[in-house]
Amino acid sequence: MANNKKKKLTPTQQEYQELAKRIEPPRPVLKNCLHAFITGGLLCLIGQAIQEMFVHWAGFTEKTAADPTVAVMILISVILTSFGVYDKLAQWSGAGTAVPVTGFANAMASAAIEHRSEGIVLGVGGQMFKIAGPVIVFGTVAAFVVGILTWIIQGGGGS
Amino acid sequence: MLKGHQSWVFENKPVILGTATVVGPFEGRGPLANDFSIIHEDSMLNEDSWEKAEKVLIEEAAKLAIENAGLTKEQVQFYVGGDLMNQIISSSFAARTLSIPYLGVFGACATSMESLALASMIVNSGSAHHALAGTCSHNASVEKQFRYPTEYGSQKPPTAQYTVTGAGAAIVSAKGEGPVVTSATIGRVIDMGITDPFNMGAAMAPAAVDTMEAHFRDLKIQPGHYDLIVTGDLSKVGYEIACELLKKHKIPMQQTEYKDCGMMIYDYDTQMVQSGASGCGCSAVVTYGHLLNRMRKGELKRILVVATGALLSPISFQQGESIPCIAHAVSIEAGGSIS
Repeated sequence: MANNKKKKLTPTQQEYQELAKRIEPPRPVLKNCLHAFITGGLLCLIGQAIQEMFVHWAGFTEKTAADPTVAVMILISVILTSFGVYDKLAQWSGAGTAVPVTGFANAMASAAIEHRSEGIVLGVGGQMFKIAGPVIVFGTVAAFVVGILTWIIQGGGGS
Repeated sequence: MLKGHQSWVFENKPVILGTATVVGPFEGRGPLANDFSIIHEDSMLNEDSWEKAEKVLIEEAAKLAIENAGLTKEQVQFYVGGDLMNQIISSSFAARTLSIPYLGVFGACATSMESLALASMIVNSGSAHHALAGTCSHNASVEKQFRYPTEYGSQKPPTAQYTVTGAGAAIVSAKGEGPVVTSATIGRVIDMGITDPFNMGAAMAPAAVDTMEAHFRDLKIQPGHYDLIVTGDLSKVGYEIACELLKKHKIPMQQTEYKDCGMMIYDYDTQMVQSGASGCGCSAVVTYGHLLNRMRKGELKRILVVATGALLSPISFQQGESIPCIAHAVSIEAGGSIS
């Protein structure tokens, strides 16, 4: 694919792109990974702490505490998004704030806030899944494929 | 008057009678804060959408520029303007409020100099006594249209640029006192096959160099003719590439000072802007605010402003198209120094 694209370029364009590549600062991948590791880990630690609180103080079991924990994490993310803090944290932490459930909540909330001016139905309702939508679609498709594969590998019959 | 291949020389020396710049809070915290006419504390400007806020920016800038020129809006014959929004709504809606006969133009971030060049040509040809040139951009409305929702947490690469929230307007007149517009070079569309919308500087740099080269060739001058040459909004990455290209094309830029508007408006140390600034408002507020203020103070005699624009749409880049770019150059001289 990349080679294919290159071939379409004229020699001048290719020469220019080489020059541009040389000058452009690359993405600081290692630093980004480290930041993502720290913030992603920190978010999980906070999540764990909240879960422990539900277990020890609110009488949930290890299993049933998961749902309220996720709800609290989502709430925190939405509040931070609404106050305009989440996107600033994300510039530093990258995947650390994008991958956990808080990132998903941010994707939904930010789109909903952004398109509020176009009305509740077509604005908020229609655009809310703009970023999160593909995650749901391809998540479902992937789950379906994996499900079928598991079923075949396990020999077809009922479980 | 046409000179060379793609340049106009304004022999009647249209005068920039008044200018105004209106910016948002983030620009107000930058190093050029003292050069702006109005700094808003709220980036929503008390409106209920980003788009409306952007419209208010240009409305205010236009009204103030007319006032600073000592005119009323009835005395201004034409308004030439554009912006980055789909169907240039900010400018068109502002033109509705101003009710000045209006020509909407689009040259992405090069609109600032495109509108100034056209307004100057209209005045120079005697087709108007006073013309208004103005352009604006708003960080949030641009983010929303071209990228992600403003509050979405995406990590920007070091080549990304931050769109300026700001509007700049200028009144170009046939008579009066002030800096004069002496020439303009209209750029070609240049596409070097860059497809990354987070790397506009690299996409636009060749267009800036092409227009500068054409300007020097058409007018038979050297960079040394100017005290200062600024490019629109290439920012750090694009600026470095442009310097390299200029060296390769053997243009003696060392004769003068060469800067970039995208590197002047924010403080790299305290403001998180990656490569620098961009947007229609960037070259407009830097030129109409900072640079013309310096010229009025006598610090600059002759400048060349080369505004650059990336002519992409949110759909074209999703379809994998490369980014075509353009640059327009306008030369401005301090009043009275006619050579």
